[in-house]
Formats: sequence, structure tokens, C-alpha cells
Amino acid sequence: MAKVLILDYEKCTGCRLCELVCSVKHEGVSNPARSRVKIVKWESEGRYVPMSCQQCESAPCQAVCPVKALSRDETLNRVLVDYDACIGCRMCIAICPFGAMSFDVLAKRIIKCDLCDGVPLCADFCEVGAIQYVDAGQQSTIKQVTAADKLSEIMQKVAQAISAV
Amino acid sequence: MALNRKIAYIELTTGDIETKPIPVKVRNMFLGGRGLDMYLMYNHIKPGVDPLGSDNVAFVSAGVLGGTLASASARTHIGGKSPLTGFVGSANMGGFFAPELRWAGFDHLVIKGKAENPVYLWIQNNEIEIRDAKHIWGKTVHETQEIIREELGDRDIKILTIGPAGENLVRFANVMTGIKDAAGRSGMGALLGSKNLKAIAVRGTMDIKLERPEEALQYNKKVIEQITSAKVSQTQGKLGTPFIWGATNTQGLVRVNNFQLNQLEDADEVEAEAIDKVAVGMAGCFGCQVHCRSKYVIPEGDYAGVYDEGPEYTSQGAWAAEPGCRSLNNILVCNHLVNIYGLDTLETGSLISWVMELYEKGILTDEDTGGLDLRFGNEEAVIEMIHRIAKREGLGDILAEGPLRAAEKIGKDSIKYLVHVKGMSNLHSDERPTPGLALGIATASRGSDHLRSRPAIDLYHLPKQVLRNIYSQPVPYDGPVTSDYRDYEGKAWQVFWQETCYEAVDCLGICKFHTVFLGASLPSFEEWSKLLYYNTGLELSPLDIWTIAERAYNMERLFNIREGLTREDDWLVDRYFDEPTSVGIPGVRGKTIDRDKLKNMIDEYYEHHGWDEQGVPRLETLQRLGIENEPSHIL
Repeated sequence: MAKVLILDYEKCTGCRLCELVCSVKHEGVSNPARSRVKIVKWESEGRYVPMSCQQCESAPCQAVCPVKALSRDETLNRVLVDYDACIGCRMCIAICPFGAMSFDVLAKRIIKCDLCDGVPLCADFCEVGAIQYVDAGQQSTIKQVTAADKLSEIMQKVAQAISAV
Repeated sequence: MALNRKIAYIELTTGDIETKPIPVKVRNMFLGGRGLDMYLMYNHIKPGVDPLGSDNVAFVSAGVLGGTLASASARTHIGGKSPLTGFVGSANMGGFFAPELRWAGFDHLVIKGKAENPVYLWIQNNEIEIRDAKHIWGKTVHETQEIIREELGDRDIKILTIGPAGENLVRFANVMTGIKDAAGRSGMGALLGSKNLKAIAVRGTMDIKLERPEEALQYNKKVIEQITSAKVSQTQGKLGTPFIWGATNTQGLVRVNNFQLNQLEDADEVEAEAIDKVAVGMAGCFGCQVHCRSKYVIPEGDYAGVYDEGPEYTSQGAWAAEPGCRSLNNILVCNHLVNIYGLDTLETGSLISWVMELYEKGILTDEDTGGLDLRFGNEEAVIEMIHRIAKREGLGDILAEGPLRAAEKIGKDSIKYLVHVKGMSNLHSDERPTPGLALGIATASRGSDHLRSRPAIDLYHLPKQVLRNIYSQPVPYDGPVTSDYRDYEGKAWQVFWQETCYEAVDCLGICKFHTVFLGASLPSFEEWSKLLYYNTGLELSPLDIWTIAERAYNMERLFNIREGLTREDDWLVDRYFDEPTSVGIPGVRGKTIDRDKLKNMIDEYYEHHGWDEQGVPRLETLQRLGIENEPSHIL
């Protein structure tokens, strides 16, 4: 089964190593401005949110592209850019609901997450697991377990409180 | 390439700005960060200048590995002649400023003169602009950053700034970035304040080209595993530096009620686990897996609901042990206040505790304190004193001048109760039972300081063979090593080794928590040699890096000597020798430092450096290090 990236802001420590390894992997340089993943921060609240391409099944970028430069790769469950076809009109950036398509001003081309061809380095280097690469079916299971854990904890507390009364 | 970042010379009086490349020859001598800053300091600061006068020079820098695939390559160094001590001023902070500075094209900023009105610097991709800061003068550390980001319209801008304390020339005001990252010690905030420089904002989107990106990725992965597999990193990643408190307070290695006790009893709320209960997660500096910064929201009282980060181990001491306070809320509030005012938490807490002892001893009266009841444990008075120091009001105005000037103003016997070295207050650690740690603070170049040379792993009672493995690389050492922190033997070498190790990481721009500071198995010279090669192409052996660090430290020594430092300045206050520890585990009770033995340790410490018996580098030492002709004015 194809895998997906899971981005979990609750685990993110905001270190931005994902941005660094992404730019090194794709461009051979350290430069977060050229990274495909980005940590959006609200520094004064300590809130850090990893953002990257969700590889949408029904991708708006793909739909809006006037030259069909974006296509779906079912093997790796990702949206790919055909740079020979791309005209750099940036419509995909305009339409992406996640801000996950970006424009590399140095290379003068759009860039997006390509899942590092199946070994996404951002996930590989994220020691806290804020970015994970898991089977598509696993995503909801993980969320379910976490939610169930919280829920049962609350239920237990309620039960204890009632029995104490 | 990773070595093409420049130096910018910014003259605030005239507004002139000049940039220069950094020759590889200089890189091979000093690398960058603190090392190259020390070269620049010795070359650009004229002897004897007033630290708060326009002749003093401020230095801001990134390490040579800043922003690269070396873990936690996040550190920013600030240098200048210290307004607190009159010797080397040097402070280091984490966060995200240094990598951003490098993406914007610069490694070192040399800031001269004094702006007529408050200004801030705006640095973006090779461009530097001096901008009006009248509207942010008076704003807190947190407010300033928000205002500048809003004004320049980019939420990714990184900012270092001073708070009101720096503007008011409090001699131990710090420089900060983000919520709590602080270049805390030696008054670098007062230095920027004296130049009317409120902040430096930076944004960079230029490539740092890595020499061997694939290998750098692979090797960094390996180093990360080395770091994260260490128990100390895991503990720190959960509890932050407050985890240290459990070990030191339990044994009786902390200063309580200024210097009267060495253990804080009935202090459950000071424990790391108590702080962890109010923490809302951990944060990391750039590229760091240790993520040792707690995020918290103040739970109750006047500041309930306020977000801040920390507190560090230093704040447990400054706001609990030293002033004899015991509530968690007090630690959280005081930590918040020093963060927004831009004060060195350690110096501030230490000075307040000192005047509390003076008050209890009757040296200070209610009249002197402006009616404040400064008895130990009075948390409201401690909080009030922080405000008064930052705003320079009453007794706070006197303390804002730093320990020695304050003691002179207060007079009487006040100096007898002061715990300082070279005019800089000590951490809340009590080194009477630990001669190695005592030697470290006595000799540290910037004054009493635990981050210059502390052999902290001495506290772990490690097997001799482990110590020998660490301390005989990259230079051979076959002298004594002992596993007992109460011993004097072999400690001079440990202090020399740690001092060189910390100087090296400060030249590289990576964090001390990623080396042999708190964890014996963490990366060292061998790993740095590879990181340098893969990331920058510099081919330097572990021994070469050691020599660079030694060279940089000798520059600090030369600077201090030029400013009048003598052997007498490498010494402790009498309390260490005359007042035995009274509590703690049996092994640390009744301890003092032995004057003769300390003297012998200092002799040995000088000898390891190639300094004469007065602590002056011998000519052959300077020749061996290639700095006999400094100042050379290459940069």
C-alpha cells in the first residue's frame, strides 16, 4: 500500500531540521527558502505547525494546471511535476489550499514535495515523530488510538470522581 | 560555498557600512563565531576604552558551521569589552538568528560608534540598512520582535534585541532572540544599549552551499543517533536543564540564601518534575534533536495566562535557591520578567540574594531598600527588585551597576558577602566540595562562569578509564585522573580540556549540549573534524581544531591582560576558603577550598596552557599558535 506523510503539530518542536534536510536533499544546499516542507510558527505562543503537500487524491493543482504539467504517480501516491511541460504560471500555488506549492526564486520554478522518491528525509530525520511516513490506512488508526487514549483517560477520571462522591 | 559569508563593519556614528570576505587563512586560524570574534576584539578595541563609551565595539557572529548539517548549528555569539567586568565580554545564545544571518550573507558583524538616536539594523540578502527605532525604544524583548516583524511585513524575520534593561545600561543586561534564548552573561545588552542599537533584524534566502551534501546528510544522521541515544539528551529533551537540580540539590551543591547554606530543603516545587507539570511541550533550536526548552503558561497570580519559555537550571537557582524562595510560580514569574526586560537571570538573582543577606545582617536598612522587606524567601520583594533593577530605581539602580560597583556604593562590609570572580556573580552552584569546578570559575576568561570550562561530568563519578579516554584526545595526557569530584588531582587538566572543548564548539557555532558537557558519550573533536569537512570542505584534524580553540582562548587571555588582568583576578572570594559547607550528603559537608591546593592547581592550569606563573602566555606559546604579532589587523 502506498504511504503518506503525516504532519503532527502537537509533536513538532519547531527545530526546522526538516526544512534543512529537504533543501540539502533536493538542491544540495542549506536554504529553507527552497525547502518543500515548512514549519509555520506563532513564536509568541510556542505554536509550530509543519506544512507540506498532502498529495491530494483530487488535487486542485493538477486540475488548475493549464499545460497538464502535474500528474498523479499512483505507485508512490504523489503528485509529480513535469518540468519540461511546466510554464511557471504559478496557478498551482494560487489554488493550493495548504500553501504547499512554492516558487523557488533562485531556480525560477515551482517546487513541491516529491516524497524523496519514497524515502522522505524530513520524516527520516524528525526524531520526535512530528513528520511520519506511514501506510495510508494507518493515518486514521494512529489518530484513533491517540484520541481513544485521551478519551479513556477522561472517562476514567470521571468514573473515579463519581465513585468518590 | 559555506565559507563565503562576509564580515560587515557598521559604523553607527556615521552610518558607513563596509563588507569584506573572510580569507581561508583566517578560517584556518579561528574558524568563526567566538574564535574569530576574539581575534576581531583584540584588533578593533583599543586598550582601556570605556565599555559603555562609543569606542567600545560590539561583535555579533555565527559559527563556521552555522546553518549547516551539523546538529544544533544555531548559536549566535556576541562579544565586546564587558560593561560588567571590564574584561572579555562574551555571550552565546541558541535560537534561529545565526543561521538566518548566514542565509543573509554574513558571518560577523562589527558594530562601531554610537547612533545619535535609537536605531535597529535590517539585514536582508547582502543588504544592510540602519533604521529608526525610536518607536520601539522602551519596548520589551517580546514586543520588539513582534513590532519589527509586523513593520517589515515578514513573519520569518529573526531578531536579536535588547530589552529595557539594555537601554537603561544595566551592566548585566543581555541580548535576546525569540522568547527566551539569551546571550546572557557579561552585559552585552548594555553594550548595544550604549550604542543606541535596539535590535538587529535579519532575513536570508541565499544558499549555503555544502561541500559534500550527501555525506553531510549521512554523517549528520549518525551524529544525531549518537546524541539522541545518550540518556542525558533524552532526559534533557523531556525536562530541560532543570533536571540537573535533582542531583545537585540532593547532594548539597547549590548556594542557598546567597552563600549561607548549600541545600534547599522543603522545595518540592523547585524540582524539574514540578516544572514539567506546567510545561506545555518542548521546543528546539535550529536543527536540534535535544529540544531542551520548556514552553509554559504561568498558572496563577498577577501573570496568570502569560506564555514564556524555560526556566533553565540557572533560574531554579536564581529564583529559588539563592533568594531562599520555594514556589514554582515565583520561578516562572521571575523567569518571565528577566526575559521581557532582557536581564541576565543568573546575575540578577545572585545580586538580589546578596542584598537579601546584607538586609538580614543589618548592612542594608529599610531606608536603603525603599521599604522593601528583603528577608530571604520574600517572593514579592524579589519580584519588585527585578523591576527596580531593570528600571534603575532606588536600590535597583545601585545593583544595576553590577557586583563590585554596587559593593563600593553600599560600602560597610558588603563586599565580604559577595560571591563573584572578576566582578561577575557566580551561578547558584556551590563549588566548595568540588575543586575542579572551583578552578573553572576562578580562571574563566569572562568572570565567574560555569559555561567556560566546567568539567560537569566530574559530578558523575565516572570510571577512570572513561575519563582517560575522554581527556587524552586529541592531545595525549598521561597525568592523573580521579573519579571523585572532591579531589584536586588531575582537575587542572580537565578544566583546560573542557575550556578548549567549549571554545571549539563556540567557534563552530554548535551547542554545548551536543558535546562533552553534560554527557560523556556526546560528540567531540573527532566528530567535528568530519562535520567541518563534509559541510565546509575545511580539512582540519581533531588536533587542528583543538589548536584553533587554544589560539582563540589565548586571544581572550591577551585581551584580559591588556585590560589589566593579573593572577590575583584568577581567584575566589574568601567565603570559599573560610566558611565550610554545613549541610548536604556526608561527603560534601564541612568542605572548603584549600588555598594552597587551589594555588597549585592554578600553577598547573597555567603550565598546561604554556603561560608563565603570572598567567601571561609565554612567547613560545604565542609563536606556536602563530599569534605573537597580534594585533595583525588583517580584518
